[in-house]
Amino acid sequence: MRTTTVVIGAGQAGLAMSWWLAKRSIDHVVLERGEVANSWKTERWDSLTLLTPNWQSRLPGYGYQGGDPDGFRTMPETIGFIEQYAEVISAPVRTHTKVISVRSRGEGYEVVTDQGNWQCETVVLATGACNIPVVPAVAEAVPPAMKTLTPIQYRNPDQLEEGGVFVVGASASGVQIADEIQRSGRPVTLAVGEHVRVPRVYRGKDIKRWMDASGVLDQRYDEVDDIVRARNVPSLQLAGYTDRRTIDLNSLTRIGVKLVGRLAGINQGKAQFSGSLRNVCALADLKMIRLLDTIDEWARENGCDGEVGPPHRFEPTEVEESPPLLLDLTSGRIKTLIWATGFRPDYSWLDLPVLDRKGTIRHDGGVVEAPGLYLLGMPFLRRRKSSLIDGVGDDAHDLSAHLASYVRGKAVKTREVHARFSAG
Amino acid sequence: MTTATTEKPVNNGVNVEALFGAREALTKAPEAAQFKWRASCEWVKGTQSRSTVDSFYGLGAEQKHKTKFTFDSDHPEVFASEDAAATPVEIVLAGLAGCLTAGIAAVAQARDIQLRSVKATLEAGMDIRGILGADPDVRNGFDGIKVTYKIDADASLDDIKAVVAQSQKRSAVYDIITNPTNVTVEVK
Repeated sequence: MRTTTVVIGAGQAGLAMSWWLAKRSIDHVVLERGEVANSWKTERWDSLTLLTPNWQSRLPGYGYQGGDPDGFRTMPETIGFIEQYAEVISAPVRTHTKVISVRSRGEGYEVVTDQGNWQCETVVLATGACNIPVVPAVAEAVPPAMKTLTPIQYRNPDQLEEGGVFVVGASASGVQIADEIQRSGRPVTLAVGEHVRVPRVYRGKDIKRWMDASGVLDQRYDEVDDIVRARNVPSLQLAGYTDRRTIDLNSLTRIGVKLVGRLAGINQGKAQFSGSLRNVCALADLKMIRLLDTIDEWARENGCDGEVGPPHRFEPTEVEESPPLLLDLTSGRIKTLIWATGFRPDYSWLDLPVLDRKGTIRHDGGVVEAPGLYLLGMPFLRRRKSSLIDGVGDDAHDLSAHLASYVRGKAVKTREVHARFSAG
Repeated sequence: MTTATTEKPVNNGVNVEALFGAREALTKAPEAAQFKWRASCEWVKGTQSRSTVDSFYGLGAEQKHKTKFTFDSDHPEVFASEDAAATPVEIVLAGLAGCLTAGIAAVAQARDIQLRSVKATLEAGMDIRGILGADPDVRNGFDGIKVTYKIDADASLDDIKAVVAQSQKRSAVYDIITNPTNVTVEVK
């Protein structure tokens, strides 16, 4: 089968790209290993809601129509939203089509799937940043009797044995899972490394409203000092609860979660924690203050001070005097360990020499160094908002423009070659 | 790398351009980033010993310090020693302070913050029943380290705190002390 562009993945990124490709009259298909919004359907826990408010789910040519713009979508609602988008834009999605490999072929690519092969000039990788849970090497030393889970396997507290739970990682997934499990009556110990603390609501407005309005989310990848660092910033400690409460380490401490430092090792069944807990909390507090300073400055300069509440600051993160440095995983008190230690993309099927030594794709704002190959939907790909449902559309716009001019350039070159041959 | 916005250029005596240059070079050649630090030590008498630091390996080659550095260590008179030098644990505290303070100077330079003075005091608690073997439940090492900085600089308190926090994040000795490290001691 032949087409100009194969888009791999029918989540928000692949669909946004499809919309722009259609706008630019570029013949394409969107291949999806499962169904539309597959990761949302199969790899999320039951209670998860989007961290971004409803108004912020903007995709090209589509947006939130309901009556609760400040609410947060549940998973079924999120899935419905993306499914509707695929329908509304009549995206040429081929579901249940698993990509087995992508390789060079002539001046283009061959996409091998379990439903036949595609020849194409350009490929857009929109398979997401969160395919495989990252589990640190120290996992090998976890006592075999202990039940371990990743956020992709975790569904709800009922699936866990009664007893203590050790959650490793305090970003969005870790803090939400810790909160839910502690409230279910299972005492949680939370290992905290570097994290990003933000309040859900500041001066009466949702933090995402501020970040959107002040341009923080639009910041471009070529405007930041250190894009490697920016792309590796942990996800915000946020949850989309109906009551809009803030989730942070203080709120977890208040309900009884025990904070420990970053998991540094496991030796003879004892987990060892870094003594850096105080510093990672200080770093997060100071970064939050800088964000709030930016917001206050923006509000002042834009004359919003009268419309919103006064500036204020939040309590510093409370850290006990001497947080424990050891936790015995063999004592029987801890029944389950949950690795909320992040995710990474899966490129095992990508048969092209475009990965660096750490297994990430070398690219410039999504333009991969292999001509005609594009990457979409990754953290800070082109903008701070790149991995959000709300942000991928602008990236898809830019990259589809690049793709279109590449395809046009190739067509011109082909015509010239033909002209030369016929002239000779 | 950074552009000074103040009229007087910030000078903490740290060549940040060189540090950032090295970071970029080493990202491309990670093998050159593999360093080996060395020390040797000889017993003098009693509890006194003398450590020597001379050479190290890095940037793909053997390297030598400009001079050979020696550090004596001993124990105080309350341990019935001669107190000819600082104790090894005090040298560890000095190492931590030196590492953090160097980091503060470098981070401040990178952030265009002029330092006027940086002073640290360090205190570490220890229950010596551990090292005496008097109670098996007491650890040998510090039960905690408290570092207090007094910093005079052209910056807000929050900015200074951020410099100190970033210095901890990047400090080798801070990491060595806060995280477990395998130690192998052999006799040849």
